[in-house]
Amino acid sequence: MTLPPFFAATPFNQIAPPLFWGMAGVLVLLILGTAVALALPLLQPAKDHVNLRQRMASWWVMAALVGAALVFGWVATLILFGVISFIALREFLSLAPLRREDRLVILLAYLVIPANYGLLAANRYGIYLVFIPVWAFLVAPFILAVIGQTRAYLSTAAIFNWGLMACVYNIGFAAYLARTPLAQAPQAGGAGLVFFLLLATEANDVAQYVWGKLIGRHKIMPKVSPNKTWEGFLGGWATTALIIWFVGPYFLPIAGWPLAVVAASLPLAGFAGDVTMSAIKRDLGVKDTSRNIPGHGGVLDRIDSLTFAAPLYFHLIIFFAFSRLPWP
Amino acid sequence: MIRFVFLALFARPLARFMTGADVIGAEHLPKTGPAIIAANHNSHVDTLLLLTMFPVRLLPLLRPAAAADYFLRGPLISWFSRVVVGIVPVERTRAGSGGDVLAPMREALAAGDIVILFPEGTRGDASDEMGEMKTGVARLAAEAPHVPVIPVWIEGAGRVLPKGAGIPVPMNCTVLIGEPLAWTGERLGFMAALRERLMALKAQAPPQRWS
Repeated sequence: MTLPPFFAATPFNQIAPPLFWGMAGVLVLLILGTAVALALPLLQPAKDHVNLRQRMASWWVMAALVGAALVFGWVATLILFGVISFIALREFLSLAPLRREDRLVILLAYLVIPANYGLLAANRYGIYLVFIPVWAFLVAPFILAVIGQTRAYLSTAAIFNWGLMACVYNIGFAAYLARTPLAQAPQAGGAGLVFFLLLATEANDVAQYVWGKLIGRHKIMPKVSPNKTWEGFLGGWATTALIIWFVGPYFLPIAGWPLAVVAASLPLAGFAGDVTMSAIKRDLGVKDTSRNIPGHGGVLDRIDSLTFAAPLYFHLIIFFAFSRLPWP
Repeated sequence: MIRFVFLALFARPLARFMTGADVIGAEHLPKTGPAIIAANHNSHVDTLLLLTMFPVRLLPLLRPAAAADYFLRGPLISWFSRVVVGIVPVERTRAGSGGDVLAPMREALAAGDIVILFPEGTRGDASDEMGEMKTGVARLAAEAPHVPVIPVWIEGAGRVLPKGAGIPVPMNCTVLIGEPLAWTGERLGFMAALRERLMALKAQAPPQRWS
C-alpha cells in the first residue's frame, strides 16, 4: 500500500499501514459519535445531552494527543504517558487521606515520574523493573519514618506505594511498547502495539457501558460499582475478545492460541482495573477523581482499566512473541 | 499588557499544572463588574486560582484586595502586586484608628471592577476550619446593595503552598462558586448568611484536605 503524498513527504511516511488505517477508523468513529451527539438533542429535545457532547469533545482531544504522540515517535509517547502519570498521581494523592507532614514525600513522589520514564528513555529496562516496586517501595516508608509522624503511618506508606505502582509504574509499560524494534513487531511497529492496547482497552470500557445500558439487569458488584451489570461485563468481554481476535493479527506479532489468551484475558484486566479504582473512589467518598476531562471526570477515571491492562498486555506479548528481550 | 500576558499565558497554565484548577458553578461568576468575590483564604494560590478562573475578557476588571503592609513592602513586590496582580491595597494596620480602610475598595467598585476579598483578613493554616470573618465585606455591601457578593470556597490550596512554606507542591484544588448573595439589610445577618453559603459550598467539595 502506498500512503497519500502528504504522509510520504514527511516522517509520517514511517506510519505502518495498519496503524494508518487504525487511526482512520478511530477518526470515523469520532465523526459518527459526534454526529450522534449533535443529532440526539434534535430527536429528544426534552433530555439533557450536555454530558454526551462534552464526552465526545474530550474524545477528540484525547485521540488527537495520542495519535500525535504515536506519529511523532517513542520520545513523544514517553512524554505523553509521563504527563498522564503526573496528572493521575496528582489526582490520587490529592484525594487520598494524607497528612500535613507528608508534603515533602508528595513532592518526591512526583520526582519519581521523570526518573521512571527516564529509565525507559535510557533503555534501562532491568532497572525500570525494580525502581518503583523495590526502591521507591523501600525509600518512601523510610522517609516517612524519618519525618516521624506515626499516626496512620502504615496506611500512608501504602497510599504512596499504591499510587506510584498504579499511576506511574504500570502505565510506563504501555509507553515502553513504543520502543519495540520494528523487527520484533513487523506488523505495525511499537506504535502499533501501543495503539492496539489503547484501542482494545477503551473499546472494552465503551462496550461494557453500551451492553450494560442496552440489556443490563443483574448487578455484578452492587457494593462497589452499582451501575455495573453481568450483562455489561459479559457483553463487553465478548465484544473486546472478538475485536482482539480479528483485528489483533494486523498489529500484534502473535497468532493462534497466544492471541486467544490475550483476547480472553485483556478485557478481564480492564474490568479489574475499573472496579478496583471504583472501590478506592467509594472509600474516599468521591465519584470522579477530578473534572479535568470534561464529561469523563478525571484522568485517573479514564486510565483505571489501563493500570491493569497495560502490564498484562506487555508481559503476554514479550512472553509469547519476543524470543529474547529486545531491551537490556 | 504585561498583566494580561502574565495572567493569560503564564498564570493560567501554572494554575493548571499546580492544582488541576477544577471549577464548579462557573455559571454563578459575574458576567460584568461591579461585583465582590468573597472567598476563604489559606494560600497565595487562592489569588492565583481566582485570577485565572474568569473568562479572559474580564481579566482587566479583577482586583484582589491585599494587605498594603505585606504586598507593598519593597519595590519589586510592590511593582508585581500593583502592575501584575492588580491589587487594591488595604491598610489593615490602620483599621480601628478612625481611618477609612475600605476607601480603595469602594473606589474600585465605583469604577466597575470585580473586587476579590478574603473576609478572614489573612491566610489560615489549611486546617478544616475557616477563621472568623471581618465585617468589611458587609459594610461594602451595605453601601452598595446593588453589587452582588459571590461566595467562593477554595478547597485544597492551603496544601499546595501553605503559609510559611517556600516550595509549592502540586495538588488538586477545587473552586466552588455559589449563587450571588444580596444585601440582607443588616450586618450580622449578612455575615451569618455569607458563612452559611461558604459552609454549604465546602460541604460539596471533594475531600482535598489533610486527614
